[in-house]
Amino acid sequence: MSATVTAENKPAPPPVERIKVKVDGREIEVPKTTPDWQGKPQATTMLQACAHAGVDVPHYCYHHKLPVAGNCRMCLVEFGTPVMDPATKKPALNEDGSPKIARSVLPYEPGTPRGAIACATPISPGMELYPGSPATAQMREAVLESLLINHPLDCTICDQAGECKLQEYSVEHGQAASRFVETKVHKPKAVDLGPRIVLDDERCILCTRCIRFTKDIVNDDALGIINRGSYNTIAAAPGRQFDNNYTLNTVDLCPVGALTSKDFRFKMRVWFLKETKSVCPGCATGCNIIIGSRENVIQRLEPRENDAVNGPWMCDSGRLDYKWVGASNRLKEVLVGGKPSTWQTALSEIGSRLVTAAPGSVAIVGSARLSTEELFLLKQLARKFDAITDVVEHLGEADRLLVHAEKAPNYSGARITGLAYTEAGINLPRIRAGIETGSIKSLVVVGEDLVAAGFSSDLLGRLSLLVVSDIVPTPTTSIAHYVLPGCAYAEKRGTFINAKGRVQKFMKAVEPPGTARPEWEFLHELVHQVTGGNGYSTIEGLFNLLARELAPLAGLEWSRLGDTGVTVTL
Amino acid sequence: MPQEYRLILKHADQTGYTPDIECYLRHGGYEALRKALATTSRELPDGKKQSPQEVIRDEVLKSGLRGRGGAGFSCGLKWSFVDRRSGKPIYLICNADESEPGTFKDRQILHKDPHQLIEGMIISCWANDVKLAYIYVRGEFPQAARIINQALKEARAKGFLGKNILGTGVDLEIHLHRGAGAYICGEETGLIESLEGKRPYPRIKPPYFPAVLGLYMCPTIVNNVETLCAVRHIVSMGAGEYAKLGTVNNTGTRIISLSGDVKRPGYYEVEVGKATLGELIHHENFGQGLRPGRSIRAIIPGGSSSKVLKAGERFKLKRKGADGQMTTVEVDLLDLPYDFDSLQAAGTMSGSGAIIVLDDTRNPVDVLANVSEFYAHESCGQCTPCREGALWMSKALHRLTHGEGRKSDADYLLHIAQNIQGRTICAFGEAAAWPTLSFVKKFKAEFEARGAADEAHPGKPPASH
Repeated sequence: MSATVTAENKPAPPPVERIKVKVDGREIEVPKTTPDWQGKPQATTMLQACAHAGVDVPHYCYHHKLPVAGNCRMCLVEFGTPVMDPATKKPALNEDGSPKIARSVLPYEPGTPRGAIACATPISPGMELYPGSPATAQMREAVLESLLINHPLDCTICDQAGECKLQEYSVEHGQAASRFVETKVHKPKAVDLGPRIVLDDERCILCTRCIRFTKDIVNDDALGIINRGSYNTIAAAPGRQFDNNYTLNTVDLCPVGALTSKDFRFKMRVWFLKETKSVCPGCATGCNIIIGSRENVIQRLEPRENDAVNGPWMCDSGRLDYKWVGASNRLKEVLVGGKPSTWQTALSEIGSRLVTAAPGSVAIVGSARLSTEELFLLKQLARKFDAITDVVEHLGEADRLLVHAEKAPNYSGARITGLAYTEAGINLPRIRAGIETGSIKSLVVVGEDLVAAGFSSDLLGRLSLLVVSDIVPTPTTSIAHYVLPGCAYAEKRGTFINAKGRVQKFMKAVEPPGTARPEWEFLHELVHQVTGGNGYSTIEGLFNLLARELAPLAGLEWSRLGDTGVTVTL
Repeated sequence: MPQEYRLILKHADQTGYTPDIECYLRHGGYEALRKALATTSRELPDGKKQSPQEVIRDEVLKSGLRGRGGAGFSCGLKWSFVDRRSGKPIYLICNADESEPGTFKDRQILHKDPHQLIEGMIISCWANDVKLAYIYVRGEFPQAARIINQALKEARAKGFLGKNILGTGVDLEIHLHRGAGAYICGEETGLIESLEGKRPYPRIKPPYFPAVLGLYMCPTIVNNVETLCAVRHIVSMGAGEYAKLGTVNNTGTRIISLSGDVKRPGYYEVEVGKATLGELIHHENFGQGLRPGRSIRAIIPGGSSSKVLKAGERFKLKRKGADGQMTTVEVDLLDLPYDFDSLQAAGTMSGSGAIIVLDDTRNPVDVLANVSEFYAHESCGQCTPCREGALWMSKALHRLTHGEGRKSDADYLLHIAQNIQGRTICAFGEAAAWPTLSFVKKFKAEFEARGAADEAHPGKPPASH
């Protein structure tokens, strides 16, 4: 019995009528409607039709997840429509039998081609689009010239350099020299728009992506335009800070260097960044992210688009919560009795002490910050010793957009593997009581500070064996008999299962400090040692094994998870 | 002999005529409304039945009335585009944001005969099943706003507005909204945004055609003040009689705003096409010619955004002869009948009906610099070509008029303007580009001479901008 629901076997949506159009002379068939920014079917636009033909139409203001503004005019495309014979009301034909096409011209100047904004103009049957025509090229060149005349051209010191649409389109569609000989318009520089955002109004091309995002996605009408014409300026509402929990998305959305992140600006040229696909561990939403790192240091996090989870967005708190990964107080070595030791010594001692433990005298507390593979290994350990298990609950505020109340990425993994029963934390009082009464003598803690979770140091001191793995020193590690330095999510691979059952893999971006090792690695060794069984020493094999053993994941394989994961029924 | 034909302004300037409702009623006011409300349904030859509202809409279509705001689009056709099946309320907005430089006709109505507009609106609203309408008055017309508000109050008190109008069960409320002083608010979708309390950024079309997705995303009619007044007269006279005024395809009367270098500038209501540009400028009934010793250099024929006409230009017009055959005649600029189609045939437009005469003391470079500064100031800045191009042209023209010109600036200006027209969200792009395109093309020698003179005298202190 498989309860797995994947994208592949979802009920198919009703078929969409298809219509034929030509893109630069090539006939293609495209759906008559396409989901708009809210997912509602709308007439397919010229831009979308060109995309079907593999032709990119340059654009600044258009964004597939924002309402269409149509203001930048970069996507102007020359087009033609079939001529109707007024007598027969049928398409008129050329002598060779091909349909007669009227190319778009200015109504008041029939010799001059007219473009339509591809982002907002619906296609119609028989329409011809000319994204490659000289007239289209001229329109793009003219828009770029206009955008650049008042632009400061300060690419040398601009954070956007390397990922700037003005730069990219200038190369593709612009001209080498400027005709402009007037004085440029000067506007405010380095405007403190809010706690995390700096605005350079001179670089701004007034595409209004940031305004639409905060108004229509975040529901916080915080930004607007003041002044008029060429003096237009983006600004926060009077007396207000642009300070909601999603402001940094405007830095991603900004096609130029106008909006920059206070955290990242002037830190690193973006072309030096290594990009690693990962998942934000901040809450049970599991936003897909890209970790930008250089030479083993994380420089920034950015959202990675996944319509099943976060769309193209992520919250500011998640985005900025990466500095602990490279913190100087990270645990770097194995401690046995408070003294530096080796993995081999520690694991073999722990193994032999656990094997001799009386049945029912072992408890295991894991963490919803651990990967599904690690939680699965802990459960195997628990099964061997008939141990009582749980994970610690971390609850906080949720919001209507992305932020989940559960403040760890893998509560679903904890439940599916059985390390948590239903609600996280309901076994913790029993574990506490067991230690008090002396029935529990050995405790393995991975990734949590039990003192912070309500276990006093005195109580933990009664244990005859306390094994603690963490990544930073805590009151719990300070009294542990064995301290095993673990890894942050960015230092290892694995999967998290989000609150909605999305199984998503995350990849390794940076190396762990010192001799710290991924938890799944040393847990695998421990399990191997105490159970005598063999397992998989790769994360792929481990995932495929647990997918075979855990019913909700039946049928899944690591290789099938892709970059954006698979949803299962919880 | 060309003369005024006062239909809309019939009473406005009569001695003793006041804007209050009693005066309006004494002059036959609100009779057209009573007539409209008493319209009965009728059966067409093809057996189809028209409701009373459809009858009125049909009359307006048959009258040939074309919008008096600037575009000259058929009012009846515009009404026919309204989405009447959406289930959403239909709104009507009177565009009283008269801002096109050279235009001062609507303010005559607003100030002197406000009830005529209100009556025209009530009829138009009833004919289009509108229950809520707005008058959007330009911010610079505070007095007009007070007068209209007072008139609305009077109309309400007399039962012409509000619930159950004249006991017919028809409901209508009209609100006045004042703009805050921006030319772009006259663009109908910019006006709608402004009315919704937003920055008046014109909307993209498609998809936001007001007839389908207008005010509050509901079907909306936006008509000019003068157009709505004409509706009142069409109902009163009947479409047939109204269409007899004016000329074929250019029916009715128009109020022309005549300004610039004429002896008697002012507003003149004429039958459309019955007077030529030359007559409007020279005839004793109108402009009475230029000051002594002056001659015409150019005419801006339809508000400052229309393309300039140069003295001596000749145009080919198609005319229907007495035998019904179309013939082409060549006419001098001054012999152009002042109607929608003739000016279009001359490559320009009658626009808002504002004629600005420039005599031989005016240098086209200076005139264009002035016009261009206006459009640079009024560009809303929403879309790139207009936002950047309008100010760019103005800066270049400022240079050219302040001793820092170049001979090449003429082509430079044409280049900028050509990249604006046809590429913007609204027609402001054309409004900003057309003066430059027409002035520079028609007076290229003057522009090049000005630039060349500056280049011959370098070292002048740079003009500040």
